[in-house]
Amino acid sequence: MAVDQKPPARPIHFEISDALKQRPTTTQTGLGAPDYVAPTPGAIANEDNVVFATVKDLMSWARSRSPWPLGYGLACCAIEMMAASASHHDLARFGAEVFRSSPRQADVMIVAGTVTHKMAPRLRRLYEQMPEPKWVIAMGNCASSGGEFWDSYATLQGVDTVVPVDVYVPGCPPRPEALIEGILRLREKIFRGG
Amino acid sequence: MATETDTRHEQQGGVPAEAGPPEIETIGEGLETEELILNLGPQHPSTHGVLRLVLKLNGEMVVDCVPVVGYLHRGLEKIFEWRTYQQGPRYADQADYVSAMLNEHAYCGAAEAIAGVEVPRRAEFLRVIVDELSRSASHCIWLGTYGLDVGATTPFLWCMRDREYILDILEEICGSRMNHNYYRPGGLLYDFPQGVLGKIERFLDGWEKSIDRDYREILEGNEIFLERTVGIGVIPKEVAVQYGLTGPMARGSGVDWDLRRDRPYSIYPELKTLKPVVFSEGDAFARYQVRVNEMKLSIALIREAIDKLPAGPVRSRQGHVWKCPRGEAYYTVEGAKGEVGFYMISSGGSNPDPFRAKMRGPSFMNLQILPWLLKGRLIADLVAILGSIDIVLGDVDR
Repeated sequence: MAVDQKPPARPIHFEISDALKQRPTTTQTGLGAPDYVAPTPGAIANEDNVVFATVKDLMSWARSRSPWPLGYGLACCAIEMMAASASHHDLARFGAEVFRSSPRQADVMIVAGTVTHKMAPRLRRLYEQMPEPKWVIAMGNCASSGGEFWDSYATLQGVDTVVPVDVYVPGCPPRPEALIEGILRLREKIFRGG
Repeated sequence: MATETDTRHEQQGGVPAEAGPPEIETIGEGLETEELILNLGPQHPSTHGVLRLVLKLNGEMVVDCVPVVGYLHRGLEKIFEWRTYQQGPRYADQADYVSAMLNEHAYCGAAEAIAGVEVPRRAEFLRVIVDELSRSASHCIWLGTYGLDVGATTPFLWCMRDREYILDILEEICGSRMNHNYYRPGGLLYDFPQGVLGKIERFLDGWEKSIDRDYREILEGNEIFLERTVGIGVIPKEVAVQYGLTGPMARGSGVDWDLRRDRPYSIYPELKTLKPVVFSEGDAFARYQVRVNEMKLSIALIREAIDKLPAGPVRSRQGHVWKCPRGEAYYTVEGAKGEVGFYMISSGGSNPDPFRAKMRGPSFMNLQILPWLLKGRLIADLVAILGSIDIVLGDVDR
């Protein structure tokens, strides 16, 4: 087959219609992202140091401070995810270094790597095992859109065909700084109640 | 009838090659429990990716183990048929992604062997330098994650710290941290930028001290690490040969087989410091020692290559289209995990892409011994044994 001939798209048979209907709006790092808005606290303090806030704002504030990721390394991006959590880049500065091995204890699923058709049902199951509220970061080109495996017979063309994605981090693989940027964007979204 | 201590010692100390794995019944009479099927993976922190193991357990003993691979199968070999020879190394990166340069070397070596093109001498020296840097990065990752597997966190932080220096150098050379895409058939993409050689030498000086002072002291001086690796996962020499193990797995079992010396390629025959590291014990600790000593071997090789580095071009044939005549070739490179091989067929004519490119992934071959190693072992040793094989699932599944 010639290089410039893209094979026709193959439909992927998963029961994801409900999830697709409930997909939240997505934010994207890099080009086309909304302008940076400094998070404004939803609390008002008066002179007696009494804080007035809604429960929703307080919950969003608390949740956004420390999103615990699910340690879900798939391919090359997993190595950069490890590098982000290791000594040089130190993800602990942003409260997101606690990689949980069990989906029951995780808030954020960082899909780091290529998702194959064989892996996709497991990914969906892991997502459903995570407790609400939960968020998904698609790390890397493969997880975002299929990336360089756009014509492979075995890979999923973007993880957003299986689970709703909140933040896309482009790159092949993204630098650890890019992943940290994605986590910060997610924190903003959680803070705004997303 | 041996006592329980004796059988336990024998079980940890080694298995004679002809006897095969020990029988389960010898572990404890009357202690058999109902068989339990345990599913480990594909999402598990200690399977180094997406490997799935179906374990049959008798109490804490592993009766049988069936590795289920393919969760990262991306169809790389099919993709090679659709990509030109210049685009191929980019996809070869994706196989063993922690030591990407070595895969590119095997791919380009096969293409050059079919075309019969001589690579410029300077390019060969630069290839050796980036190969050994890439191998060091891979061993750093292995040592760090193996420390995590057996319960030590500090080596992981130190290894990732030193790996960042290597990646900084590689990024300066080729512009990318991990998937480098630096090789081209017939040479390299471009020469090293100014000042990189000095940076490499400065890094090697510091890293050489750090290997002895940091890695070895904290791991070999730790009773828990020794307890979990010495005598665990013993592969006798004959079994290693029978299973076709290569790389540090074979050299940890006393098989003196290093492709850099035994099937010479590039300019390795000219390097005087190339002395393969062989340990004969065959356990997980021997494999640890092989890899740590290979880091020091890489340092010596890089230093010698920098000393002898000639001037000249780095690419034999410029241009956008690389064409091969009709033919086939198999080219092997001593990778970080073992023999990385590419079997390539070219249909000739005006085809800019190979007709077939079969890749031999060392992790896949080395993984085959895992069921043999695990039979009759404690489930607590599973992670220590699996980690010592040093698999990368991108290389297993491709």
